[in-house]
Amino acid sequence: MSTSNRKERPTIGQIMDENGVGRRRFLKYCAGITALMAMPPGMTAAFAQQLRAARRPTVIYMPFQECTGCLESLTRSFAPSLESLIFETISLDYNHTLQAAAGHAAEEARHEAMKEAWGEYILICDGSIPTKLDGIYGASAGHSFVDQLHEAAEGAAAIVAVGVCASYGGVGAAYPNPTGAVGVSDIIKNKPIINVPGCPPIPEVMTGTLVSFLASGVPELDKHLRPKAFFGNTIHDRCYRRRFYDTGLFAESFDDEGARNGWCLYKLGCRGPTTYNACATIKWNGGTSWPVESGHGCLGCSEPDFWDQGGFYEPVTSKLFNDTGQIAGAAAAGVAVGAAAALAANRRKKKLSGQVDKETSS
Amino acid sequence: MTLLEFSRGTMLHIALIVFVFGVLWRLVTTFMLGWRKRKSEWRTSAGQSAVKGAIAVGNRSWPHPEFLNRTAFGEAVGYGYHIGLFAIVLLGAPHVVFWKNLFGINASWWPTIPSGIISVVSVVTIFLLLIATIRRYMPPPLRRISNFDDWFTLVILFTLMITGVMAVFGIGGRYELILAAHIIAFNVLLIWFPFSKLMHAFYILPARFFIGYTHAKKGAST
Repeated sequence: MSTSNRKERPTIGQIMDENGVGRRRFLKYCAGITALMAMPPGMTAAFAQQLRAARRPTVIYMPFQECTGCLESLTRSFAPSLESLIFETISLDYNHTLQAAAGHAAEEARHEAMKEAWGEYILICDGSIPTKLDGIYGASAGHSFVDQLHEAAEGAAAIVAVGVCASYGGVGAAYPNPTGAVGVSDIIKNKPIINVPGCPPIPEVMTGTLVSFLASGVPELDKHLRPKAFFGNTIHDRCYRRRFYDTGLFAESFDDEGARNGWCLYKLGCRGPTTYNACATIKWNGGTSWPVESGHGCLGCSEPDFWDQGGFYEPVTSKLFNDTGQIAGAAAAGVAVGAAAALAANRRKKKLSGQVDKETSS
Repeated sequence: MTLLEFSRGTMLHIALIVFVFGVLWRLVTTFMLGWRKRKSEWRTSAGQSAVKGAIAVGNRSWPHPEFLNRTAFGEAVGYGYHIGLFAIVLLGAPHVVFWKNLFGINASWWPTIPSGIISVVSVVTIFLLLIATIRRYMPPPLRRISNFDDWFTLVILFTLMITGVMAVFGIGGRYELILAAHIIAFNVLLIWFPFSKLMHAFYILPARFFIGYTHAKKGAST
């Protein structure tokens, strides 16, 4: 992993030329990325020009409270492949899962890379950051994840939080959130942050976001700091089963006729209507399939707090409370108050009619 | 906590508590008030009076022939939006799923209407509600007997209907926000329901029955 001085680093165009990547192939690659990002075809040439001029950036990949699923997903990226991502586009200077060095040597490599590219490197974060008890629930090399994040973020040009954990806390932050897990943007406030959520995120979305950042800086983001190009539409809007929703054809169970006919999975808890992601268009495993196509509803894994949105097999409008005792109590109270009000009214009526009788007889 | 979480969670819970408490309070109070003592002799038996009461429920739910020309349009509009609301609420797939989840029932027999038809019914219902609102405002007598209760109920109903249509057609903003607004409007309706004229949903049939029943007891026709 290279830690050469930033200014001496070749541009991505130079690297392509050195590796014999022809103009046609490079343009094809850029057309793929711009298409993934739903950019107009006319933007491809400008995108390619900007990407060629960009210098190979230093990337520090910091794993925190994570499961390595996001990295597994990234290594299964098809366009561009991890090899091309590492060797042609970025310089991955620290990732303790992929790099050969370990322990003190790995930490030294990270500090050296950060020092040489101070203020210019891209920091990729993976996993949530535990904050309870001064962050004692997550530590590496004698430092808490909170401290490590602050240190690494200080010299970063931008931060890319990959996965729903790094973006919003994810499973670590699920109720009752014992470690006080949060996402990167909950801690770092003074750096550009791009969230690429998902459990895991789509590989092409991760690499597309990185390449897009290299070519044209921070892309347009939504309110959850996600690139709008990939997270601008709901799964439901782009779902190939949408026509069944519109015609009222729903699978009622995972083994009924509706399920076999590929009908809408809304009633089986599909989170498609409230989930913004590109699964329905980019799909997974090189465009082979995606969860809904495989017969399972969307879990909503690119949304904040997706673990705490009720059961995965309950619809998106389902209630988010289980208590029925208070409602039963309210019913009992309603009956009691109603009875008391009626008795009081009857007593008053009797009293008034007694007065009327007295007045009439006198 | 997102707005959608709040609407489906805490707010829905509170709204249901208020609704159940308020409705039972009013119903129990009304039914326990009892009947005024009649000093005259009853003209019909209890059974015959009950039959007359049931007939009154039907009769009084239909325009009186004598006033048909004057009231038919209003009655048609009223029936139209009530049927529309019932169809949307009880047969729209997302609503059926909501009720099943809320009551914790499976009820696989519960039918649903295709979204396309529900969308058309929704737009027609909004249109009918608009006519009903204009009819309530334009003639001075109707306007004078209308109060905050009527107007606020209409505001909630319009909000509920319009956000529902927006959510289905994906217009006016992000789906989860529109859906949250739709559920919040429903929660407000639940809270407002027991303390408003919306209680007619519970009172209207028993009231018509008791009118028919007591008239029969007194020997009067309805």
